[in-house]
Amino acid sequence: MTYARLVGEEIANRAEGPLLFLSRSLDVGLNEAVEVEGADGSVRLGRIAALDEDSITVEMLDDTAGLALQGTRVRFFGEPLRFHVGPGLLGRVFNGIGKPLDGGPPLAAEHAYRVDGLPIKPTAREAPSEFLETGFTSIDLMNSLVRGQKLPLFSGGGLPHDRIAVDIACNARLPGDTQEAEGFAIVFAGIGIPHDSAEFFREEMEKSGALARTVLFLNLASDSSAQRLLAPRFALTAAEYLAFVEGMHVLVILTDLTNYCEALREVSASRGEVPSRKGYPGYMYSDLATLYERAGRIRGKSGSVTQVPILTMPNDDITHPIPDLTGYITEGQIVLDRDLHRRDIYPPIRLLPSLSRLMKDGIGKGRTHADHPALAAQLYASYSQAQQTRVLAGVVGEDGLSEDDRKLLLFGDDFEQTVIHQGVDARTLEESMTAGWSALRALPAGELHRLDDRQIREHLLDRAPRREPVA
Amino acid sequence: MSTAETTWISGPVLRARPDGAFRLRESVTVGDQALLGEVIRIARDEITVQLYEDTSGLRPGIEVTGSGRLLSIPLGPAILAGIFDGLLRPIADIADPYVKPGMQVHAARRFHFTPSACVGDPLVPGAAIGEVANGTGIAQRCLMPADLPGGRVSAIADAGEYPDDQPICWIDAADGRRLAVAMTHAWPVRVPRPVQARLPSDEPMLTGQRVIDCLFPVARGGTGAIPGGFGTGKTVLLETVGKWCNADVIVYVGCGERGNEMAGLLAEFTELEDPRSGRPLLERTVVIANTSNMPVSAREASIYTGITVAEYFRDQGMNVTLMADSTSRWAEALREVSGRLGELPGEAGYPAYLSSRLADFYERAARVRTLGGETGSVTLLGAVSPPSGDFSEPVTTHTRRYVGSLWGLDAKRAQARFYPAIHPLQSYSLVAGNLARWWHTTGCTRWQELRRRFLTLLEDEARLERMARIIGRDAMPPRQRLVLICAQLVNECFLRQSAYSMNDRFASPSRQAVMMRLIGSFIEGSERLLDAGVAPEAIRDQPVFRRLMRMGEEIEEGDWEAFSALDQELTATIRRLINEAREGGGE
Ligand SMILES: Nc1ncnc2c1ncn2[C@@H]1O[C@H](COP(=O)(O)OP(=O)(O)OP(=O)(O)O)[C@@H](O)[C@H]1O
Ligand SMILES: [Mg+2]
Repeated sequence: MTYARLVGEEIANRAEGPLLFLSRSLDVGLNEAVEVEGADGSVRLGRIAALDEDSITVEMLDDTAGLALQGTRVRFFGEPLRFHVGPGLLGRVFNGIGKPLDGGPPLAAEHAYRVDGLPIKPTAREAPSEFLETGFTSIDLMNSLVRGQKLPLFSGGGLPHDRIAVDIACNARLPGDTQEAEGFAIVFAGIGIPHDSAEFFREEMEKSGALARTVLFLNLASDSSAQRLLAPRFALTAAEYLAFVEGMHVLVILTDLTNYCEALREVSASRGEVPSRKGYPGYMYSDLATLYERAGRIRGKSGSVTQVPILTMPNDDITHPIPDLTGYITEGQIVLDRDLHRRDIYPPIRLLPSLSRLMKDGIGKGRTHADHPALAAQLYASYSQAQQTRVLAGVVGEDGLSEDDRKLLLFGDDFEQTVIHQGVDARTLEESMTAGWSALRALPAGELHRLDDRQIREHLLDRAPRREPVA
Repeated sequence: MSTAETTWISGPVLRARPDGAFRLRESVTVGDQALLGEVIRIARDEITVQLYEDTSGLRPGIEVTGSGRLLSIPLGPAILAGIFDGLLRPIADIADPYVKPGMQVHAARRFHFTPSACVGDPLVPGAAIGEVANGTGIAQRCLMPADLPGGRVSAIADAGEYPDDQPICWIDAADGRRLAVAMTHAWPVRVPRPVQARLPSDEPMLTGQRVIDCLFPVARGGTGAIPGGFGTGKTVLLETVGKWCNADVIVYVGCGERGNEMAGLLAEFTELEDPRSGRPLLERTVVIANTSNMPVSAREASIYTGITVAEYFRDQGMNVTLMADSTSRWAEALREVSGRLGELPGEAGYPAYLSSRLADFYERAARVRTLGGETGSVTLLGAVSPPSGDFSEPVTTHTRRYVGSLWGLDAKRAQARFYPAIHPLQSYSLVAGNLARWWHTTGCTRWQELRRRFLTLLEDEARLERMARIIGRDAMPPRQRLVLICAQLVNECFLRQSAYSMNDRFASPSRQAVMMRLIGSFIEGSERLLDAGVAPEAIRDQPVFRRLMRMGEEIEEGDWEAFSALDQELTATIRRLINEAREGGGE
């Protein structure tokens, strides 16, 4: 990482937690970046957090342990933290603050972007509406992802979200195989992940050949928490460059946002701020929004930034502030389920609480398939009925159920085994739809109130009717 | 104008040493970029300023310039069909797609003015001076600012095009001053615009959504809140109401929510036609967008900006509906600002004045006689986003105390993709009784009776579902099984109404009334069948049941023949079943 200009140096006269206090001999501005060089030559990043007439308060973005006042020099750069990017990003591996980890040459630094990004004017946004295929039926058919959307994965400890992330990274494609023509890239940021996971990602992407179209950012669990806050920002800056300068469709996978939020809490506590829910700072919503809102499309530009952030819900609790605030910002969520995982269903996606809010704009006639919306709606309605019946059966026993209820139960099991479960193979949307229609044939057609008569005739009755005709 | 020199700065707050007098809540500009801010605290030799923009690069020594007036917005013909940030600064120009500090406030534009007052006419504050056209097809009034004294017109411009910030009318005020009035005037956002009188409200603000209009209606000039966890449908509901409700002007405040949503709304409102005027919906809309990644302090102001704009159109004699999505983000912004001021935190960290701020906000909704003597209204609808979807948190509980209608969204319904996910047992309307007359005189004579009937049915359903969970559905007596079937019909065909269905996204009062009556007939008919010994399931398995279930989806607005055909099919089916039962019983 290089900086455009260096405005001067200063010696710190007090250090307290993550804060350094200096006397103000230079005319520097708020939020500008600094580099702090310890007596031992170690270099840490920081930014100017407060200023008064006599002093400068610097907030360190790296661990301050071991920092002494003697011999510590603070260099001011006269501008906010920037990431210098240029052609040749794809295929590279960086750490959380944009330093190459792959031993490759430094980047051609054609552009310098503030890592914090700038809010896109709502008027300048193009509403996302183009389908992006992930290869998973539970996403493509039931909770479709569109380019420019942010759709997180709510997971839990021990659930296969790493696997899913890699599968999405390897299988994701634009419909009609326009990959080559339009340019499709992955930006993958590991945030506070263990070394093993980092290796897993790197190897898997290399094996599948996806690494060549990927930029990898790895912030390891052993890196400082303040750097954790920067890793997604560097990754998103790279993604924005690829999308809006090079015109590519970029899928950003961020994992694990829970580590990010923990770091946020830690840094906030060390600043002595009044905590809000569960000790997380009151501004966590706004802070997360500055990351998630960087997904989108811009009018007049051909590229897009799509985000799939992954987080692990502490205690599998979806009401915990991390998933809760995320859900309030993102455009839906995909929720993983321990019970499905135990039953070897892959991907173990719990459909009822999962949702893609932009799905409606990306599917249907002229986009995917005219009957896609109705099929998804009917599957949702029937599956949720099946789930309710399961609860009922759990209390009164299957014998207490009516004939119709029993059919629903069978449908529910079959749906999980044939629609949600798909094992290791990616499915095209057509294959996913076929699986969906075929599951519906187990139900009395007359009760499929979300389908119209034509859909029932064409997809359910004309093709190998399994049971009941329409009433 | 007073100035001050910045002495300290951190985040969006700065302190400065004043040279001259400042007032609390006075708006100020900072530095060369003229960043916008507001004075939030005054001490003898120090003022504290909250900035509404990114403060990167600011430093001690930078000059703060007072404006001499409270944080105000320009009200005039340029607002309608516009899109603005939280401080009413236009953001339609996308040559630069990013929000950057120091955006321009208001650039004068030319509009066509037609005088309605004549030289010598007496004018009271708030009276109309003339009409202004801004190309939207909605005639706007040019008003005498309400904070000026009344007087007589001494001169007035001829019909023609003028810049909106130049005087077009001169007035000899009662206090001897000579006043010049332009098409656009400034108004402080935190000060409610005065009215002559508040009027009672016995007319509904129709939303086109059956569950609202028929079960939990809201009155013109009334208030409604939509609490619901993430993804339960608050935004979609507000946008749908924004599209189809019978207001003259919609003010949509996106307060701390998503950028893509605002983009979607703009695209849709440009495309869709206002069914009443045939012109793009956007032309009757004002969008105020302060998305979650835009500066937090402007989020706090955006709610006041929105309501002041709404009052401005109300004062022109219009019916305005304001939607605020989401009031929780506003409350959080209050909390953040309060924390920065070091105020003592109350419940869940919110300042102790949260409750009174919410009350003040909802209090600004009203049906009124304006100063100019006309009737206008502001209806307020607010989304509430309770953390963890828990309705016992402070913003939800306080809001509940001040609103006339509450539409509680239910996560279970939303998960089953049952939209709108308004839970009938967690919702209420305090004004339903007042609005019954309107429905009855509009031709739906059984509105109140059927409404009660449906509500009772839904309550019974909840009780019986609990029972079914213990003894199983099949073990319940036929009458109770029938209640469940009727409730299913009310839920599925009446309450459920997809915002994305071409036929069903909007229902006129007549269509709502017809559907209500048909369901009423089904309930009554099936009760007779039950008495005749027909099993509830046999009734449900009739083809007409599927037709009824899908009528919202299948029968479009205005197709009364299809409804009456369905009515006949229903009557015939019931008659046939009764006859069969009699014959069967007679054998
Ligand atoms: N009336 C409706 N008709 C059809 N679909 C709906 C309706 N309401 C909600 N939905 C579906 O639910 C999704 C979530 O709704 P919405 O975005 O309004 O939630 P929200 O309550 O505003 O959430 P948040 O608090 O996170 O903003 C929508 O994207 C849409 O798919
Ligand atoms: Mg919303």
